[in-house]
Amino acid sequence: MTGGTWKHAPGFYVGDRPQVVTSRFQYEDSYTLERYLATDGYKGLRSALARPASEIHDEVRNATVLGRGGAGFPAGNKWGLMPQGVWPRYLVVNGDESEPGTYKDRLLMECDPHQLIEGCLIASYAAGLSQCFLYIRGEMALAQERIAAALNEAYAAGYIGKNILGSNFSVDIVLHWGAGAYVVGEETALIESLEGNRGMPRLKPPYFPAANGLYGQPTIVNNVETLANLPWLLNNGTAAYTAIGTATSPGTRMVAVSGHVNRPGVFEIINGITTFRDLLYGDEFCQGIRNGNDLKAFVPGGGSAPWFTPDQLDLPFEASQVGPAGSMLGSGAVMVMDSTTDIPRAALTLTRFYAHESCGKCTPCREGGTWLERILSRVVDGKGTDADLDQLFEVGESICPGAFPHASNEKLGIAAVPFPYRMNTICFVGPSAYAPVHSALTLFRSEFDARIVKRTMIKVTAVSE
Amino acid sequence: MTTIDTTDTNDMPPQDPNAVSITINGRTVSARKGDFIIAAADSIDEYIPRFCYHPRMSSVGMCRQCMVEVEGPRGPMMVVSCMTPVADGQIVRTDTPQVKRAQEGMIELLLANHPLDCPVCDKGGECPLQDQAFSHGAGESRFVEEKRHFEKPIPISDLVFLDRERCILCDRCTRFADEVAGDPLISFTQRGNNTQVMTFPDEPFASYFSGNTVQICPVGALTASPYRFKARPWDLEQRESTCTTCSVGCRTVVQSSRDELLRYQGVDSDPVNWGWLCDKGRFNFQSTNSDDRLSTPQIKSGDSFVASSWSDALDSVARVIRHSREGSVAILGGARGTNEDAFMWGALADAAGITMRDANLDDGLPASIFSYPQATIDSACAGGTVILLAPDIKEELPVLYLRLRDAVQKKRIRLIEISSHETGLTKYAWKSIRAESGTAAAAVPGLLAQADVSAQLASGPVVVVTGRPNLAESASHTMDALSGVLAVAPSASVLPVLRRGNVRGALSLGLAPLNGNDAATILEASAKGDVDCLILLGADPLSDVADVDLARRGIAGAKFIVAIDTFLTDSASHADVVLPAAAYGEKDGTTMNLEGRVTSVVQKITPHGTSRADWMIAVELLTLLGHESNFTTLSDIQRAMSAAVPGFGSTTTAVAIKRDGVVVSVTQRSPESAATSVAPPRNSYEFRLDLSRKLFDRAIGTITSPSLANLAAEANIFIHPLDLDRVGAAEGTNVRVSNSHSSIVLPVRGSFSIPRGTAWVPFNQIGADVRELVRRNESIIDVRIESM
Repeated sequence: MTGGTWKHAPGFYVGDRPQVVTSRFQYEDSYTLERYLATDGYKGLRSALARPASEIHDEVRNATVLGRGGAGFPAGNKWGLMPQGVWPRYLVVNGDESEPGTYKDRLLMECDPHQLIEGCLIASYAAGLSQCFLYIRGEMALAQERIAAALNEAYAAGYIGKNILGSNFSVDIVLHWGAGAYVVGEETALIESLEGNRGMPRLKPPYFPAANGLYGQPTIVNNVETLANLPWLLNNGTAAYTAIGTATSPGTRMVAVSGHVNRPGVFEIINGITTFRDLLYGDEFCQGIRNGNDLKAFVPGGGSAPWFTPDQLDLPFEASQVGPAGSMLGSGAVMVMDSTTDIPRAALTLTRFYAHESCGKCTPCREGGTWLERILSRVVDGKGTDADLDQLFEVGESICPGAFPHASNEKLGIAAVPFPYRMNTICFVGPSAYAPVHSALTLFRSEFDARIVKRTMIKVTAVSE
Repeated sequence: MTTIDTTDTNDMPPQDPNAVSITINGRTVSARKGDFIIAAADSIDEYIPRFCYHPRMSSVGMCRQCMVEVEGPRGPMMVVSCMTPVADGQIVRTDTPQVKRAQEGMIELLLANHPLDCPVCDKGGECPLQDQAFSHGAGESRFVEEKRHFEKPIPISDLVFLDRERCILCDRCTRFADEVAGDPLISFTQRGNNTQVMTFPDEPFASYFSGNTVQICPVGALTASPYRFKARPWDLEQRESTCTTCSVGCRTVVQSSRDELLRYQGVDSDPVNWGWLCDKGRFNFQSTNSDDRLSTPQIKSGDSFVASSWSDALDSVARVIRHSREGSVAILGGARGTNEDAFMWGALADAAGITMRDANLDDGLPASIFSYPQATIDSACAGGTVILLAPDIKEELPVLYLRLRDAVQKKRIRLIEISSHETGLTKYAWKSIRAESGTAAAAVPGLLAQADVSAQLASGPVVVVTGRPNLAESASHTMDALSGVLAVAPSASVLPVLRRGNVRGALSLGLAPLNGNDAATILEASAKGDVDCLILLGADPLSDVADVDLARRGIAGAKFIVAIDTFLTDSASHADVVLPAAAYGEKDGTTMNLEGRVTSVVQKITPHGTSRADWMIAVELLTLLGHESNFTTLSDIQRAMSAAVPGFGSTTTAVAIKRDGVVVSVTQRSPESAATSVAPPRNSYEFRLDLSRKLFDRAIGTITSPSLANLAAEANIFIHPLDLDRVGAAEGTNVRVSNSHSSIVLPVRGSFSIPRGTAWVPFNQIGADVRELVRRNESIIDVRIESM
């Protein structure tokens, strides 16, 4: 073994908590097959192959392994949506992690590629999938390199390919990387991109690619972190897995924190139990807001999530509580803004990203997103008017009809509007452009009011008088 | 003669097991499972605004304009009605404040970057964006930012211009090109707010169907050069008609302003064209407006023509007919005219004892093709197997190609193709074999005996689409192959694909050859001096007969030639009397398409100069020849047609009001038994000549339409690339093409679409004329190709 022990992988902070997916992050050579095998690697696969596939599927279902990509749909249930007897069927690994603020999958791929590969193999075996595609975001060069190297090692060692470990089970894993479109993180757009088409979301229905996905075949699209959970689950069993976290959100989850905290980084927290306050102020996590400043706002689940204020700090990482509070856990990215933050400008930064990343397919997102960005730029530049602020809501209403979710605020005396929103768009990119604008305007209206140009209405006197 | 049965294609459909019932704005609507809400709403005239939705293409839900509210388990849900299928008991509302808000919002967003240059936009006045901005928009825009800018307009093909600023990215044109036409030459590029429609680098949108994208564009982003800035929509008058450019019979509207034809638009006729047109049919209205049109009768004096009055010209024609020896008058042509034209000329021929007549120009199949059980386009596309013994359908009958391609793409039919070179349909064929000219009949039994093929034939109805695949090959080879197919599949029906506009009508209504005296026989007789008066009824044998030597001898041998035409064609210039004929759009009547479907054609503008409809000329001559004639109007003729041709009358009166027309099935009483042809032994040093048409050639209607005139290619001879070595010629160099009859020089091109040993020459292109090598008494033509 070449590497020694690191304190942690760059950007990763371990605490005194169970480690489901990050147990090898302490090693400098965590990405090698040698290290992986030395730390229980491919043991889960071996034990899985010794049992009937349906049993493994049941185990994953019973453990309620939630999807870690954003929607939080249980993986075991997702696998069960595939029609019986239709072949071939595919596993697509969504490694196109591009939600602003999210970088947990990147670490999982860079630091422990074999864990992901083993997860793919277990999923393929359990759900009866014949081919696996690993789709990695185009910008993640190191992740691509490490996964490619790991795939070669695993092929050479007989973990992938024909008759894996002497069993009847055969599966191939194909590595593919993206060309840099945010929307390809959306599963149907990812499938389109994988097929060689423009990365644009497919139309719903069908709502799930499980029935009709890649090349028109049944396809399971799983997030990197979801699959990385499987080796540990197989090694330690359902009981051990569900013992961590809560009944509805078992296990741990990776959270990437960025922004104005003393120690930004990726943490493996306990699902459903750790609160935002623990995360932002806990000594084992972010250790408080930088320079001792006050917390102004934070985004709980990636750039497209409605914002929270300190009022919501005591919410745990539990979808069933965060949703009614007006936001989502999404991809597990927390962005923190302290009291020095220029809120309109922060909203503009996020909105500009989503407007730029619109694929151009549907009108509300293509035209509305850009329009939001342009109005907001004007406001930020101090050239906006009262009417512009109303107009932001109006444009948002064309993207997401009806009440848009937001957090409650005691000071402003407003109650929460629960998640999710309704949308006129095909996918979530359009609403994502609106979410920061809406949250910022709803929770911090005074900062916008201070920016706009006041215009005096000149009274027009009727000529007839 | 012929007997005619009438079949009404619009019988009541049987009770539908897929029927569902939904409620839209409180009204109950019956729909079919799989229908979308928007279509169900259309059926009861509840209009839902839309841009990207098109009933003939798959839904993409891109514009999001058609949002409606559907009652769901968790209260009303906003859905896109073009993507949401109907479900029994569904409750839809299109009129709630939420729907109105969403639709107004979408219009505002679409208009955000739209230039609003309506006053100078061709679409202004008939623009779905403009119309729906008024009907479903808020009335004003709050978009004060600078709009998106692009260079405008840019040509994306010879015919179509693209203005990306006006484009609302509805995906209609790109979807049409990909899904319907199979020419995915335009696509989206860039992303987000910079998304734009574009061609691929160095590849123009050279599709035969590009004009349809202009028609279905919901804004003025795509414009076609023949119509740009020619008129405002509110100045246009229109009448619904049928295109007679080829025999598919697409329904169109003919639009004019200031007594000038300005545009044709496709009309959605369910059994025929589904709203599509080919570019040739769409843009050849320019030909009618051409300055080169014949405007007065002309009488040959010495070497030149002298304009004359109609009475002088008709007098001289009548005199010649009267003084001709018995049985020495011949009529060639008639396929360009209406049914009424053909019927009147047939009546004139009967009265005057003219026995030599043929509406084909030795380039079709014997009229006995109509004696087989006949298929329709719909029946061919409905299911089962379609066997192609035909020319390249994409080149000759483009909209039939669209229908067949659609049926294959939707997996309704399987195509089996037997052809001498690859065609536009080859890549859609389930089986496609190359049989060199003269050998199709020999190849049929083996192909159809294959186990999977016979299983396929047994699995459903079989339709044989048959026409003349090679003009340098005798029609009897095709008829033999057809007999071979029918021997294996005796219950198969036949869809004859003769190309000329109303050739089926002309052949059915009195201009079919009598006693086997077809065009070739007539020209041969003429060459021998046996024709005293040759009447060219819109026929140009010098350009259209494959055996040009025969045509030349026939024209030279005729004692007196009368040409009735719209232009002074090659053949007409040899005439003694030229009578100007009214063109398409200048006369009313009916026409019959390749299925035998009778539909209306209409007059929209005044005939050019003093030109007259063909039937009027026949009526005049009938009177001048001393026969009693009660014909003064078109309805007189239609009444006579009803009386003379059983079953026809009820159709002609109904046709005027019926878009889809009526299929008239014609049965030949005694099918002629065509002599079978045997291809002579093959000299392996020679190439077998394959002479067939492309859509754009030097046809008079094409070269007199300025926008189409440049689309005809230079004449080339195409051989397999490996045969280039054998010939010792490089791509593009001139080779000598010769046989015992003549020798010409043509540039040679390699093409993998051509099998080895075959030489394909597109018919009637610019350059050396390969017809010099064709003799119709040889059933196939072999040529030598030598490098120079």
